[in-house]
Amino acid sequence: MQINVIEYFEKGALAGCRDKVAVIDQEHQFTFGQIGHFAKNCAALILRNGSMMRRPIPVFLPKSAQNIIADLGILYSGNAYANLDVKSPPQRLKGMLQNLNADIIVTSAQYADALRALDIPSDRLLLIEQAMTTETLYDQAVLLKRLEAVIDTDPYCLIHTSGSTGIPKGVALNHRSTIDFVDWAFERLELDGSEVMGSLAPIYFDAYTLEFCLCIAKGATWVVVPDQTATFPVKLVDFLVKNPINFIFWVPTIMVNIANLDLLSKVNLERIKKVFFIGEVFPTKHLNYWRRHIPGAMFVNLYGPIEITVACTYFIVDRELSDEEKLPVGFPCRNTEILILTEQNRLAKVDEPGEICVRGSSLALGYWNNPERTARGFVQNPLNPHHPELIYRTGDLGHWNSRGEIMFLGRQDFQIKHLGYRIELGEIEHAALQVEGMRNCCVVYNQGKKEITMFFECDRQLSPAFIRERLSAALPKYMLPTVFNQMDLLPRNPNGKIDRQKLVSSVN
Amino acid sequence: MKSLPEILKEIRPEFDFTTSNNFMEDGMLDSFDMVTLVSTLDKTYDISIQGTDIVPENFQNLQTIEALLRKCGVQL
Repeated sequence: MQINVIEYFEKGALAGCRDKVAVIDQEHQFTFGQIGHFAKNCAALILRNGSMMRRPIPVFLPKSAQNIIADLGILYSGNAYANLDVKSPPQRLKGMLQNLNADIIVTSAQYADALRALDIPSDRLLLIEQAMTTETLYDQAVLLKRLEAVIDTDPYCLIHTSGSTGIPKGVALNHRSTIDFVDWAFERLELDGSEVMGSLAPIYFDAYTLEFCLCIAKGATWVVVPDQTATFPVKLVDFLVKNPINFIFWVPTIMVNIANLDLLSKVNLERIKKVFFIGEVFPTKHLNYWRRHIPGAMFVNLYGPIEITVACTYFIVDRELSDEEKLPVGFPCRNTEILILTEQNRLAKVDEPGEICVRGSSLALGYWNNPERTARGFVQNPLNPHHPELIYRTGDLGHWNSRGEIMFLGRQDFQIKHLGYRIELGEIEHAALQVEGMRNCCVVYNQGKKEITMFFECDRQLSPAFIRERLSAALPKYMLPTVFNQMDLLPRNPNGKIDRQKLVSSVN
Repeated sequence: MKSLPEILKEIRPEFDFTTSNNFMEDGMLDSFDMVTLVSTLDKTYDISIQGTDIVPENFQNLQTIEALLRKCGVQL
């Protein structure tokens, strides 16, 4: 039985196709043999600096061959990788690093300065370039022997997600849940290693988990789409045409843009065999556009919050859907059960809305260093009074349709999905209230125009430029409001609270 | 009506867009900014910038963006 994700690599690509190209970014192209060698060097360097085990190690690198090497190296060292966003504002980055409190951060010469600026001492920084040498710094037998102490319920990786209190939560995922999902995905979604992935998802997203495992286990090639290319839909499509990409796993936002601009009618992308998407609802009209232009591809909608390893439901688009029909999130992945629970904690009937709850090996371990939040999201299965059994309450509303498929309805709370990112509006409000003179604010989402809209009261007139400048010190770009409305007084409901509903309706 | 430098200033307050000759190379606009910029230009000038026009060459500096706006029928 497989216990550790690293076995995918040792028994998979490293044993089977050492000389095949594993990863291509703007600067490098490495084979599986090369990334394996560098990764083991990286593990040896981590172990020189301490005997850490089963701990998250932050990776502060842009998406690249270097980050794959760092992630693999961390796994070889018996620890869990925590890929961070190099574009994080300093304050947010500092919060995440403090929470992880790691002895070592893996970075590169280019990015180390940003960490030193946060008063992180140089001896805690491991520069990945030191591992990328032909010299052998490790002893294979020692590394693998040490790994025997890692069991499958130990952390495999840590992914951060927006937290309403202002500090992102670090979701810890384990080896078991990852192997459980990935083995199923390989089989059900027919992944065999012939894939050349056009990778667009950030490495601090869970779509990366599947891409990473597909690469190291099956020997698929991971091609990093350059940032500049991703900025321009025309260039992105051009990239797909000019590179031998046959697999994409993207968030719908960018695919909707491409459809709206009708960029696929002038190109031939028949080479693409798999189109997976995750992270938000893909409007059926735009999905149909893609299907019409790449009729030979398998289209798969995956659904799952970060607290579930990659996804808990899937829908292989295998029938015609009219533009008006909603796309199902589909069926539970293997070894996962979806419970749609009503407010009374009973199972919802067909077409009756309820909260989507998940049970199974796919559940995350919880939030790192945050037992209170963990206890709120991961709770005893109310339908099981017999023994301890956790379910994850997603906060998403859904229902079963008459075909036996799960349909997603929306959120129960103030969480939104914007450009594929999961955002707690409360985190934006928390940051906005730190701006001098800000008395009150309420952030709502304009679903139609996809705009984060901020209403606020302030002692003086504040310009949008000023607020955005202040907020960018605390929030990543994708969380910044783009529409600002200063009011003398925000609308209140009878009990004196800000009338959020009224503001929501005013923009929608 | 807001001027182009004002619009850019709202998107990236920390930069001076009047001095750069290549916003992309200077790292002043990323993919999030592009989405915001195009939708703000569409709204402000009541135009609809074509997808095929959303390319780096048209967003290099103030002059190229102004040229694009003129092409869309905006009188500057």
